[in-house]
Amino acid sequence: MAQTSCPFLLMDHDQPSTHSDPHRQLQMARSMCWHCQSEVTGEYFCERCVKVQPVSKETDYFTCLGSPRRLTLDPKKLEAKFYELSRTFHPDFYQTKSTEEQTISLSNAAVLNTAYRTLRDPIQRAEYLLALETGSVKDIRTSPPADLFEEILELQDTLEEYRASDRGSDQSHRIRVTLQTEEEALERRKEEMESQLRRLFADWDKLQDAGEVTSAARAERDRILKQMRDLLSHRTYINNIINDLAATIN
Amino acid sequence: MLKRVSNEAAESDGPEAYCFCTLRGAKRPRTKFETLFSIFDMARIVGIDLGTTNSLIAYMKEGQLCIVPDRNGRTMVPSVVAVTDNGLIVGDSAKEHLTRNPERTVYSVKRFMGKGLADVQDELGYFPYHLTETGGVIRIRLGQKSYSPPQISAMILKELKLRAEAYLSESITKAVITVPAYFNDSQRQATKDAGLIAGLEVLRIINEPTAASLAYGLQKNTQGTIAVYDFGGGTFDISILKLKDGIFEVLATNGDTHLGGDDVDRVLVDLFVAEIRVREGIDISGYPDYIQAVRLEAERAKIRLSDDLKTEITIELPEDKRFTRELTRDQLESLSMSVIERTLIPCRMALKDAGLTQKDIDEVVLVGGSTRMPLVRQRVEALFEKPPHCHLNPDEVVALGAAVQADILSGGTTDMLLLDVTPLSLGIETMGGVMSSLIRRNTTIPASAKEMFTTYVDGQTGVDIHILQGERELVKDNRSLARFRLKMPPLPAGVPRIEVTFLIDANGILNVTATDMRTGQSQSIEVKPSYGLSDTEVERMIEDSFKFAAEDIGARKLIEARLDAESLIKATDKSLTEAGHLVVHEETDAIRTALSQLSTAKDGTDPRAIRARMVELEQAAMHLNVVMLDDSLKKGLQGKKVSEVS
Repeated sequence: MAQTSCPFLLMDHDQPSTHSDPHRQLQMARSMCWHCQSEVTGEYFCERCVKVQPVSKETDYFTCLGSPRRLTLDPKKLEAKFYELSRTFHPDFYQTKSTEEQTISLSNAAVLNTAYRTLRDPIQRAEYLLALETGSVKDIRTSPPADLFEEILELQDTLEEYRASDRGSDQSHRIRVTLQTEEEALERRKEEMESQLRRLFADWDKLQDAGEVTSAARAERDRILKQMRDLLSHRTYINNIINDLAATIN
Repeated sequence: MLKRVSNEAAESDGPEAYCFCTLRGAKRPRTKFETLFSIFDMARIVGIDLGTTNSLIAYMKEGQLCIVPDRNGRTMVPSVVAVTDNGLIVGDSAKEHLTRNPERTVYSVKRFMGKGLADVQDELGYFPYHLTETGGVIRIRLGQKSYSPPQISAMILKELKLRAEAYLSESITKAVITVPAYFNDSQRQATKDAGLIAGLEVLRIINEPTAASLAYGLQKNTQGTIAVYDFGGGTFDISILKLKDGIFEVLATNGDTHLGGDDVDRVLVDLFVAEIRVREGIDISGYPDYIQAVRLEAERAKIRLSDDLKTEITIELPEDKRFTRELTRDQLESLSMSVIERTLIPCRMALKDAGLTQKDIDEVVLVGGSTRMPLVRQRVEALFEKPPHCHLNPDEVVALGAAVQADILSGGTTDMLLLDVTPLSLGIETMGGVMSSLIRRNTTIPASAKEMFTTYVDGQTGVDIHILQGERELVKDNRSLARFRLKMPPLPAGVPRIEVTFLIDANGILNVTATDMRTGQSQSIEVKPSYGLSDTEVERMIEDSFKFAAEDIGARKLIEARLDAESLIKATDKSLTEAGHLVVHEETDAIRTALSQLSTAKDGTDPRAIRARMVELEQAAMHLNVVMLDDSLKKGLQGKKVSEVS
């Protein structure tokens, strides 16, 4: 096999562009129709020539799925909107249309699918919101919680010991029991973090719903985002360890 | 084979200049005439089930589904092609040539679609016809000529097309063709090629189990969460779907494109051949015609045992000898148990990926001829803890579903929509031979991912991109789909910014586009499809991805640690050269010692040791770095006024 010179990836790609304006509305609503050049007043279609319009690159996933920037979303509502928009954009319904419309339908459907996949999962949703609000999701390093650092190092050693041990031996069995206990403890810790996250999500939503722009509100916003970032980072770290553990002992 | 796609043809009146490039050949932009034509073109779109063993063609008219029968009322066309002295024949009449003319009669060609010779090495012995490879694609030698699998498939498609044209008295040019859900990009592309060769515009490639769900949804008004267990002649698929208000959302899919009823037949063939050798003293493995006779009798016996508890096997042998034996259902079941057990592994994985348990499945639907085996039904019932059902003919339901999808595309059916997923993760090769996933398996399609590429050497004019499909961590364990070279403007390292969009369309086929972010110009891409890895390996990849997950993670850790160590060594070397004279000898000596220890660790295989040596080196060089920083600050400040600095 030929040697490939490896592509150098820029790590800051795929960043949703961030705007400080919290009242940003549908971007496509004010643009020009690609087909008849008239101003597009409809949501997804030009009202004059009835051609589908591309979803703007500036449209964030919340806007795309017609949802406020909240962290607790009704999954049924989200799904209903996703289904509705799928019926609007899916390439199946553009088979008899022009090549341009087919291209737009394809890329709109791809954006819609990504948006739904991201917002459907509470953790991905929070990470995405954090990126939108602070503009740097890639800065979230997965780091261990400070108080667990020692414990995790020890756990890694035990894990290595288990991997090296002779399966079926008493020693191996003993280590496995230890690891299982550790796994359960970490699971509990993860659940704790998740319930903390849920409380933060509720705080965030309350702040959003109040819609105040006082300095106190701003400070509260920063507090929530900071805590959320740390928690998400720790949770991912713990989660990775749990997966590693599960893959080894099961 | 290189295919060049130019973006010059992209229409200027489009919203943006798009340049689509599938991995095999270009998606030609339609001419104005074609676009105009298509608006008024209400030509019928047919649905085709291009099966390993049998193929069918169906259509939908005014809400009624219909499979096109032949003169004798048979709906299935055996997927068999024979080259005779009188020309090509396909279907039932070709089937007779399997024993008469085995070297020139092709069956189960679907197993070779989108594959290289190395992919099917293990089963070459089972096929009486001669296989070679050219340009990464299998060729089948029939008489004087060689045919690629898409060409053979095209002959079957053409037969179906002719049958429909005769039955409907109209010309058929557009079709939806089904493929196993677990087909990869190359296999899908090969199927599309077959359609093209047969003179059909393939409007959509649709997955077999999801097609079946469309037929069930339409005819039985099924709702809720369903599992479609599709066990055919050569492939196995499991798909889990949520059916709600006309939306068919696939939650997860899994399968094995090399597992089917053929494998059960082979177990029987091996048994009979061995018994004939012992009992009659004849080794028939060198006689393709007798082997075919054994295979066909094995298949018939298997089918009979779905209804009967025992059956009589009769095989005519050379020298007027004859082999007979009784075969009971119990015997068949113990022989085929391991094949059937293999289908349950993908089922469990699909459930896991969908985040569901057996109890969440409302209904289990059986598709494919092999689900007629009572043992299959028992095992499926045991796994899902509910009796599966098969109200629709398992041989016909896929073709019916393809016809439903065809009707959706032609605008007839508007209340049903299928949201399918990509079965395998898609990614690119990154540093150290690791695959970086861009689109995860079970992502709803169409799906896209964007990556920004730049250069890391001044004046570099290209970056090689290697596209992969599979679930393993390392490049070598995944299926190589294609390679292409991204052209870069000759600028300082890191300045060019080329955005590459990977888009999996509604057919599950990958399209690649590139745009220079500095100029907004889209770039032409030459994509070189590769068939480097075997598909049996791809299958293994998925199974192995679970078995070897831990091993993979370990390998990845080592690669990452080595890369990090390398950059630390480089940086420290640089510091030593630039600022080594600013610190005492003892210090530089300590750094050099730590450097060489890290180098040694890097050549080892323990990522933890590498990390530990890295920490030591960092500590040893900490003071040097501080001194160096101070020094450069001092230099920067020289000749400046205090007011300029603050």
